[in-house]
Amino acid sequence: MYGVTNLLLIAVILINFFTLGSSRLNSCIRAVAAQGALLALIPLAAHGLTFHTVVLGVGAFALKGVLIPWVLLRALRQMRLRRESGPLIGYIPTMVLGALITSAAFIFADFLPLRPEHRGGLFIPTSLATLFVGFLLLMTRRDAVSQVLGYLVLENGIFVFGTLLAEAMPLMVEAGVLLDLLVGVFIMGIVMDQIQREFSTLNTERLSALKG
Amino acid sequence: MPLLLIAALLMAVSGAPGLARASARRRRGADAVQPAGDAGTERVATALLLAGAILGIVAVVAGLLGRGPHSVSASWAVPGGLFELRLDALSSVFILPVMLVVAAGAMYGPGYRPVREGARHGAGFRFFYGLAAGALPVLLTAQGTLLFLAAWEILALCGFFLVSTDDDQPAVRRAGYLYLVSTHTATLALLGMFALLGGGDPWLRLPAAGSLPAGGAATAVFSLGLLGFGLKAGLVPLHVWLPSAHAAAPTHASALLSGLMIKIGVYGLMRLISFYAEVPAWWGWTLLGAGALSAVAGVSLALAQHDIKRLLAYHSVENIGIIVMGLGLATLGRAAGAPALVALGLGGALLHVINHGLFKALLFLAAGSAIRASGTRELERMGGLLRRQPWTAVFFLIGAVAICGLPPLNGFVSEWLIYRAALTAAHHQIMGLALAVLAAPALAVVGGLALACFVKVFGVVFLGSPRENSPTTSAEATRGMRSAMALLAAGCVGIGLAPLALAPLLRAATAEWAPAIAAAGAIAAEGVSGGLREAAWLSAAAGLLLVPMLVIAAWLRRRGRIAARGVPTWGCAFAAPAPRAQYTASSFADGLVSTFAPGRSLERTSPPALFPAPARVLSHHPDLALDRLLLPGWRLTARLFVRVRAVLHNGLTSAYLLYVALTLLVLLIIFGGK
Repeated sequence: MYGVTNLLLIAVILINFFTLGSSRLNSCIRAVAAQGALLALIPLAAHGLTFHTVVLGVGAFALKGVLIPWVLLRALRQMRLRRESGPLIGYIPTMVLGALITSAAFIFADFLPLRPEHRGGLFIPTSLATLFVGFLLLMTRRDAVSQVLGYLVLENGIFVFGTLLAEAMPLMVEAGVLLDLLVGVFIMGIVMDQIQREFSTLNTERLSALKG
Repeated sequence: MPLLLIAALLMAVSGAPGLARASARRRRGADAVQPAGDAGTERVATALLLAGAILGIVAVVAGLLGRGPHSVSASWAVPGGLFELRLDALSSVFILPVMLVVAAGAMYGPGYRPVREGARHGAGFRFFYGLAAGALPVLLTAQGTLLFLAAWEILALCGFFLVSTDDDQPAVRRAGYLYLVSTHTATLALLGMFALLGGGDPWLRLPAAGSLPAGGAATAVFSLGLLGFGLKAGLVPLHVWLPSAHAAAPTHASALLSGLMIKIGVYGLMRLISFYAEVPAWWGWTLLGAGALSAVAGVSLALAQHDIKRLLAYHSVENIGIIVMGLGLATLGRAAGAPALVALGLGGALLHVINHGLFKALLFLAAGSAIRASGTRELERMGGLLRRQPWTAVFFLIGAVAICGLPPLNGFVSEWLIYRAALTAAHHQIMGLALAVLAAPALAVVGGLALACFVKVFGVVFLGSPRENSPTTSAEATRGMRSAMALLAAGCVGIGLAPLALAPLLRAATAEWAPAIAAAGAIAAEGVSGGLREAAWLSAAAGLLLVPMLVIAAWLRRRGRIAARGVPTWGCAFAAPAPRAQYTASSFADGLVSTFAPGRSLERTSPPALFPAPARVLSHHPDLALDRLLLPGWRLTARLFVRVRAVLHNGLTSAYLLYVALTLLVLLIIFGGK
C-alpha cells in the first residue's frame, strides 16, 4: 500500500520538474492534468476503498484531470498560442531553484511538529514542494496561461496535504475546495480572454501600465 | 447608585428630542431655522441636564452617607460584557465636579449660543454635550473593562463632535482631527494594557484595590497605562492635541473638556496604581517627574499665548501636572510605606481634581462671556471690559485667584496639601525619598508664573480701555450665564473657606486607593484633616485680611473721586494716546517668556528710516513638542513610507506573489518549527 502511494507522490514531484522546465504550453497543461489524475488516485491508495475516498477521487479526477485541462486547452486553441512568451528567469535556473526548494521541503518537513503516524512519509515534503513549485511558476512566468497552471500546481500541493487528513475532513469541505478551484479557473479563463482581446498578447506585464 | 444611573441616562438623552426635531425638519427640506421649536427643545435639554445633575449630586451624597445600594448590575448580552457600576469614594470625588460643571454648562448654554442666532449644529451640539455628560459617570463607576472602554470611546467621540462644532473653519477641523488621532492612540494603548492586565483575556472585571501582586507584567501595564491615560490627561509631552482642541470647542464644551474630560486620564492612572498591592518606587518618581514637567511647561507656554482659550487650555496642562505630582508623591509614599505622605499627596491630588474642575470651568465660562462681548479670542484686541461686564470680571477674578493657588480660595487648599506632602517627604530617612522635597520649589515656580499669567489676562482683558470698536453687543452676560458662573464661584469660595467639609470624602477615597496603608495607622486619617485644618486657618486669615484691604480700597476710591482728574502731568509728547497704545499682553509676558519658554519666533518689520513709519511685530510661539518634534517626525516618516511604497508597490504581479510566498515561508518557519 505504502509502495503505491510513494510511487504516486514521486511521480507528482517529477511532474513538478517537468512543468518548470518545459516551454511548450500544450505539454505543460497535459502534465498538470496528469498530475491531477495521479492525485485523484492517492486517497484511494492511502486510505483504501471507502465511500468518502471514492467520491473524493472521482471528483478530483473529473475536475483536475479532465474538465480544467479541457477548458485550458480549448482557450489555448482559440488564442492560437503555442509557446510561452519567455519566463522572467530562465528554464534551467528555475529548475535548479525547484530542486533547491524540493530538497528544502524534505529537510523542513523533519522539523515540523507532526503526529507520529505522519512522520517520515513522503506526504508532507511532497505537499510543501508542490506548493512552492506552484508559487515559483506563478512568480517566474509572464503569460497568463502559465500563471493559471502555477495556481493549479499550488492547489495540488494543498490537495496532497488534504489527503493526509482525508478521514478527518468532511466531504463537504473538500467538495467546496474543488468547486472553488473550478470557479477560479473559469474566472481566470475569462480574464485571459479579456487580456488577449485588449492587448493581443497574454503577457501580464502589460497590466502594470495602469499602475498609478 | 440606581439614582446615579438614572441621572446619567437623563443627561445622556437630554439632547435627543432636539436632534430628532432637527433631523425631521431637514428631512422635510425646511432649511430655515425655526427658533420657536428649537428654543422649546433647548429648554427640554437644559431641564433634563439640570435634573440629572441634581439627581447625581443626591446620589453621590447618599452613597457617601452609606444609604442605598453601592452597586447596580444588569445582564448585558455582549461577549465578555459585564454591566456593573459601583460607586465608591474615589469615583465620588470625580463625579461631584462633573455634576456641578454640567449643571453650570446647562445654564450657560442658552445664553452663549442663542438659538435665535442660528448657532451652527445647535441640536447636534446639545446632543453630544448631554451624551458626554451621561457617559462620564458611567465611565467613572464601571467595573468591567468592556464597559469602561465603551464609555471611554463614547466620550472620545462626543469630544470629537464637540471640538469640531464650528467645522466651517479649517483650524477647527485640524484641531478635531488631531484630537481624534490622539484619543484613538490612547484607546489602543488601553486595549493593550487591559489585555496584559487580564493575562490575555481583556474582557474582565477590574481588579479590586491592592489585589494584584507586583512584578510580572506590571511594568508593561504601567507603561501602557501611562501612555494611554497620559495622552487623555494631557501630560507633557503628550499634551499636543489639548490646546487646539480646547480652544476650538464652544466655550461651555471647553469647560467640560478641560475641567472634566481630561480628568478621566487621572482617574485611570489612580485606579491602575490602586490595583497593585505594592508599587515600585520608580512609578512614583516617573509620575512626579512627568507632573513637574507638565506643570512648569504648561504654565510657561500659557504665558506665551495670546488666544485666551488656548491660554486656559495650557493652564489645564499645568493643573494636570500639579495633580499628577500629588499622585506621584502618594505613590512614593506607598512604595516607602509612609502613610502621611500617601494621605497628603493623594488628598491634595483628589481635592485639586475637584477644584480644577470648578475654577477652570468658571474661567472658561467667564472667558466665553468676554469673547461674546468683544467678538474675538485675541487678547491683544480685547480690553476695558470691566466697565461693560462687571459681573463677568468679578467671576473671572475669582477663578483667576483660585487657579493661582492664592488664599482664601480653593486652589490654595489643594496646593497646600501637596506642598505639605512634599515637605513631609523631607523627614524620611531614606535618602531617595528626601529628594521628593524638590517638588515644593517646582510648585512654587508654577504658582508664581500662573499669577503672572493671570495678572496679564485680567489686566489686558478687563482693565484699561477698549482697544478696538467691538462689532458685537458689549452687553453683560445673560442671567443664565451669570447664575452658571455664580454656582461655580460659590463652589470655589466654599471649598476655600470650609475645606474640612470634604475631609471625610478624601479620607474614604484614600482608604479605597491604598487599603493596606489606610489600615496601617491613624496617621493617614489624621494627615488630610491636619493639612486641611491648617489650610482652613490660613484661608480664614487671608479672608480676614481682605476686609481691611477692601475698606482701604473703598476709602482711596472716595478720595480719588474728590481729587481733580484728567490733568495729564507727564505726557512725553503723547498727551492723548490712542487705545491701541496700551500695554499689550505680549509685551507684559515678554521677559518671563524668553526665560521660561524659549523657542519663540518674533518677526519685526520696521523699516530703518529717520521718521517713524508703520511697523509690524508678529510673535508666534510654537509648541515645542508638536511643532518642532512631532510634526517634522511625522512628515519624515510619511516621506520614508512613500519611498518604501514606491519600491514595494511596483505593479509586477510576480513581485506581489513573491511577497505572499515569503510571508508564508516566514510564518511556516516561525510557527511550524518544533
